[in-house]
Amino acid sequence: MSHSAEGAAHGSVKSYLIGFVLSVVLTAIPFWIVMTGNFSKATTFYSVIALAVVQIVVHLKYFLHLDFSVRGRMDTFAFLFTALIIVMVVGLSIWIIYSANAMMM
Amino acid sequence: MSLLGNLTLDAIPYHEPIIMVTLAVIGVIGLAVVGLITKYEKWGVLWNNWLTSVDHKRLGMMYIILALVMLIRGFSDAIMMRAQLAIATNGSEGYLPPEHYDQIFTAHGIIMIIFMAMPFMIGLMNIVLPLQIGARDVAFPFMNNLSFWLTASGAVLINISLGLGEFAKTGWLAYPPLSEMSFSPGVGVDYYIWALQISGIGTLLTGVNFLVTVFKMRAPGMKLMQMPIFTWTCTWANILIVASFPILTAVLGLLTLDRYLDFHFFTNDGGGNAMMYINLFWAWGHPEVYILVLPAFGIFSEVISTFTGKRLFGYTSMVWASGAISILGFVVWLHHFFTMGSSADVNAFFGVMTMIIAIPTGVKLFNWLFTMYRGRLRITVPVLWTLGFMVTFSIGGMTGVLLAVPGADYVLHNSLFLVAHFHNTIIGGAVFGYMAGFAFWFPKATGFHLNERLGKYSFWCWQVGFYVAFMPLYVLGFLGMTRRLNHTNNPDWNIWLYIAALGAVIIFVGIILQFVQLYVSIRDREQNPDLDGDPWNGHTLEWSTASPPQFYNFATLPKVHDIDAFTDMKDKGIEYQAPDEYLPIHMPRNTAAGMQIAGALGIVGFALIWHIWWLAIVGSVGMVVALIARCYASYVDYYVEPQEIAEIEQAHLANVATVKEELV
Repeated sequence: MSHSAEGAAHGSVKSYLIGFVLSVVLTAIPFWIVMTGNFSKATTFYSVIALAVVQIVVHLKYFLHLDFSVRGRMDTFAFLFTALIIVMVVGLSIWIIYSANAMMM
Repeated sequence: MSLLGNLTLDAIPYHEPIIMVTLAVIGVIGLAVVGLITKYEKWGVLWNNWLTSVDHKRLGMMYIILALVMLIRGFSDAIMMRAQLAIATNGSEGYLPPEHYDQIFTAHGIIMIIFMAMPFMIGLMNIVLPLQIGARDVAFPFMNNLSFWLTASGAVLINISLGLGEFAKTGWLAYPPLSEMSFSPGVGVDYYIWALQISGIGTLLTGVNFLVTVFKMRAPGMKLMQMPIFTWTCTWANILIVASFPILTAVLGLLTLDRYLDFHFFTNDGGGNAMMYINLFWAWGHPEVYILVLPAFGIFSEVISTFTGKRLFGYTSMVWASGAISILGFVVWLHHFFTMGSSADVNAFFGVMTMIIAIPTGVKLFNWLFTMYRGRLRITVPVLWTLGFMVTFSIGGMTGVLLAVPGADYVLHNSLFLVAHFHNTIIGGAVFGYMAGFAFWFPKATGFHLNERLGKYSFWCWQVGFYVAFMPLYVLGFLGMTRRLNHTNNPDWNIWLYIAALGAVIIFVGIILQFVQLYVSIRDREQNPDLDGDPWNGHTLEWSTASPPQFYNFATLPKVHDIDAFTDMKDKGIEYQAPDEYLPIHMPRNTAAGMQIAGALGIVGFALIWHIWWLAIVGSVGMVVALIARCYASYVDYYVEPQEIAEIEQAHLANVATVKEELV
């Protein structure tokens, strides 16, 4: 019984390099946006957030090997489910406590 | 600073005659059990075959025994409360002083949820789930044993609180600031915290264990959407366990920091916010009730499908309805505290989400009805529990939808209407389900039948007693009676309180009948054996094994082509085929490590409760040492030889042949 044969693939040098380069680019752009200071506050804020989200996806795909192949599907669903629960519990908790606080002001 | 921390002889409640008599009775029963085991020289059997066992079926039975013992304790609390409220009317004080009464309702809640319902559910899951998916054991048999002992450790702690110190007087939720040091300076809340934490770790490990089991150890050919429905609902429950129990662990950890290290997470001063405790507690607490009830839904599905002799109607919708309930279960928790005073938007959102949950639950109910439609329902004890559930749970569900309306909840919050509602769903849903499962799988687990007649008597006492005990509480809720009252002074309430007490007595008779049923069935076990292992003409793989199942479950792993895998085999006429040869089976060895680790953790809990710091250190070191020793143990497995397997299998096939001949 070989356990290493099960589960998602572990990636190649090439896929790690792609992931690394993409991550560097996606980090450099927000740095540049902030450093130049030429953009409005809102534009800066939302671009940084958007690029961060893209980078999360890059990490998940190239470093954590989450995909929708038959072998990787289980890991992906487990991750998505966990993410969903955390977003719901944390997000709704913030909403609940924030609203309760606001009512007591 | 004493060597025993805060523990002194004064911690024993000499002045409470009720407790002292209870302790005396427990002592006598305990001595009698010890005496009987010694007399029949069963200590070796108990140790080797049960306490150190890593066999999922043995562990399952021990879980259920634990649940039945705790049911006695939890129900004693219940009937004491009902008696108190029936006596303490018109301003009289009754026989339970408030400080004792408060401990009783707290203990009743915690015991019934955490130490009765959970072990009962996990016990049934242990016995049945690996058999249903054609596996030889769970993924991590030793961890399974450890989980059981962690649960038992928590149960021991909560029982120690009866004779040493006190239990929490806060209600089973232990809301701060009441549960903080400034308002609950005694050891009660600490007993609560550590009993819950230790058993909670056990439950979390169980969840992980069974998830890995269903994902990695299904029989060859069994796809996820071919798993038996009970296995599926347990899987959803396990997903909920893994997702929600860490929240409980964290929130109790924060409360622990408040109480032990003077933090201010939930205190009134220092920037604490008690509402966050309430919020996080229910973020665990609501998924927890689905953890309890989803496996029960699975049991009803199995029972209805088996006893109508039909395939379950709407298998796929049943699986996804359970999934929808699981996910929606994470977005409704605020309905437990609508009155906390969050915004109208928040209340509206959670109210609507709560009502939406009724839809997948309704889907299930219709699936059961359609399964019965044009079936030939055999009215056995499990079926009676199922029918009782369908009516009772529907009523509970409807009062739940009513409470989901925030406006209505503002009227009924904290009243006996709420108490009636959740007993309606937990007893009518979860407990009836476990009783059905108990009667359904009892022959499988033990090899002999339960006495059917006594089982029916018991069911009717439970069913009638339930309505007599809890319907008056709905009325009392509307009449304005709040929960957790120690005595009352309102003549309008009296009659309903008397009726409710009568109902509790009827349920009491039902429980006694269940124990009589157990006694009679065990006494007459030679006369009503389950020889071929398939007493109900079952649909799923657990019925293909002997009763009780071979300790390795399956000599050769079955090949699965259908949801009702065993029915499929029967149709093809290959259900009892012996293979040409048997291969050696790899099995785990029994171990005492689970007991050692959980026992050490129990000692740590006890030491922390009483602030005996040196003992906490000793216990922690002992736990780590036991864990490391287990990690380096090499004597952990063995092979069952083909010769032995062949003998066991031939005995089973001979039994099957005998039964078939009798039928012809």
